Amino acid sequence: MQKADIVCTTIGGILMTTKAQDYWKANLRLVLGCMIIWFIVSFGCGILFVDELNQIRVGGYKLGFWFAQQGSIYTFLVLIFFYGWRMNLLDRKFDVHED
Amino acid sequence: MELQTLIYLFVGGTFALYIGIAVWARAGSTGEFYVAGKGINPVANGMATAADWMSAASFISMAGLIAFKGYDASVYLMGWTGGYVLLAMLLAPYLRKYGKFTVPGFIGDRYYSNTARLVAVICLIVVSITYVIGQMKGVGVAFGRFLEIDFEHGVMFGMGIVFIYAVLGGMKGITYTQIAQYCVLIFAYTVPAIFISLHLTGNPLPQLGLGSTLADGGGLHLLDKLDSTLIDLGFAEYTARKGTTFNMVLLTMSLMIGTAGLPHVIVRFFTVPKVRDARRSAGWALLFIAILYTSAPAVGAMAIYNFIKTVQVEEVGSPDGNLVYEERPQWFKTWEKTGLLKFEDKNGDGRIQYYNDQNAEYESQAAEYGWQGNEMVKVDRDIMVLANPEISKLPNWVIALVAAGGLAAALSTAAGLLLAIASAISHDLVKGMLRPNISEKSELMVGRLAMTGAILLAGYFGMNPPGFAAQVVALAFGLAASSIFPALMMGIFLKGINNKGAIAGMLTGLLSTLIYIFWFKGWFFIPGTEMLPNTAEYWLWGIQPESFGAIGALINFAVAIFVSAITDDPPEHIQHLVEHIRVPRGSGTGMDH
Repeated sequence: MQKADIVCTTIGGILMTTKAQDYWKANLRLVLGCMIIWFIVSFGCGILFVDELNQIRVGGYKLGFWFAQQGSIYTFLVLIFFYGWRMNLLDRKFDVHED
Repeated sequence: MELQTLIYLFVGGTFALYIGIAVWARAGSTGEFYVAGKGINPVANGMATAADWMSAASFISMAGLIAFKGYDASVYLMGWTGGYVLLAMLLAPYLRKYGKFTVPGFIGDRYYSNTARLVAVICLIVVSITYVIGQMKGVGVAFGRFLEIDFEHGVMFGMGIVFIYAVLGGMKGITYTQIAQYCVLIFAYTVPAIFISLHLTGNPLPQLGLGSTLADGGGLHLLDKLDSTLIDLGFAEYTARKGTTFNMVLLTMSLMIGTAGLPHVIVRFFTVPKVRDARRSAGWALLFIAILYTSAPAVGAMAIYNFIKTVQVEEVGSPDGNLVYEERPQWFKTWEKTGLLKFEDKNGDGRIQYYNDQNAEYESQAAEYGWQGNEMVKVDRDIMVLANPEISKLPNWVIALVAAGGLAAALSTAAGLLLAIASAISHDLVKGMLRPNISEKSELMVGRLAMTGAILLAGYFGMNPPGFAAQVVALAFGLAASSIFPALMMGIFLKGINNKGAIAGMLTGLLSTLIYIFWFKGWFFIPGTEMLPNTAEYWLWGIQPESFGAIGALINFAVAIFVSAITDDPPEHIQHLVEHIRVPRGSGTGMDH
């Protein structure tokens, strides 16, 4: 708990709090961006617009079907690693990283 | 070597390995018992999470489900993987930062309420018990089929193995065993998939083989051929949507939220050393899961294609088009013996006809061919993965490998669930609420006793399945989605949610989901107690009971926010706690709160 209390101590308290808020806002923006892509590839391409996308073919796959059974999973994977990478950068930028 | 000898060798060898690991990785402290001392490397943790998550259902049943549902089964593929995105971005790093041992531990502290903790414990136990029953049943079936011992002895043997390494090793033992189990199960799943893909399409990667042309020289794509063959037999196209878009969206969402709310998965992210490891570890977990989940669609499509090709040897409707029953292959006979594959010669022509006799438009066509009903009166979905190596004429050691893989999948999931139950009882119920001054040694003892009790209970229900094994899965995901996930997410992202809001939210989310499912499936699934028939015309706004978890979660969010708005703000130290969770620095001290 002690290190967290630094955030709330009086010396530089206001400064730390706004910094923490900026960090949190940057984090929320990143999460929101990732969530939009998450939604588009699975619910959008895989379900809602599947019939339209199925008109397009990639090899033996209809595109909508490919998104539903393959593409969405690959995108999820990329998203999680991308998020982890960007968050590490954010942690350092706002000086809240571990160690 | 003979098949039976090989199976004994493979299964025996892997079991010896699991027990060896358990003895090596004994847990000495509660920290080691609950969260493996928080010292697990994120890649290793990802592998263990993958084994924890992929159960007998993923290994055995999923490809079969895809084979018979085609495109509509995509909801399971997307739902059970998309949940990891939610987990990685909304829960895992923050819960790791908080640094407690259990999910109810976080809920109880964040909402400064033992009532909230108790509600969370109840949700966790209901979710985990329903899950573990299915695993024990899977273990029994796998033993029965492959080792030719009866079902009860199979369950008992499985209970014994889990007992040894889970009770002895706790999370530490379970984690290292799960890593070994992941290697066994993924090898067992991908080897037959590669062989089959190579055989059918000439492409060794199943993920690409599914979109390739058939190797039979006709130049047709596998999926197109499958679509047209199914239409010729009166079925719907493989790649076409059959259910409603609305229910597909809702079910996918419920499975995603439910996955992110499953306690035995969440707790895995407490075991890594740092917050950034928790973020990365979710990615590794999904990578290891995706290897199986992206192969499964190929396994499913190729299995149903192979199956139809076996029965429908020539063009549909031609005089020699259907297989003569007496000439059926060996694997057909083997699976007939288990009762999972059943043939009935309805038109007495000695040939096998497999088609959709529920399709009214196809009836006249079938009559023209002289067919009098679908003669494959039973084709159990679960045999698709298990029979695949035999259908593709793969060597005996591959079949033995699949047996060991199925058992690894069931055992690893059962162990993870049992640990979640044991820690909820010993850490949250006994130490958190009943006897706060209990010594570490006694707490460890209570944890092991709780786990023993849970194994016995699961074993009992595994041997005497309550007859609703398939339906309880919907219940487990619905409850995790409607109660646990929203409480955790709001605890991190909404500083203003107070104890009253959280408890009201969890209870309304939980009860609305429970009641909606019971309303259409019978109270406690007892047949005859349904309030309304379980068909689309009676569902509220057309929502099927399986999909209600997402609605329950929505109700939970709405009620919690509303109640918190009209009651007091949470105390200042709780608001500081939330600020503390949101920042990675200082995670190492988390354990000593």
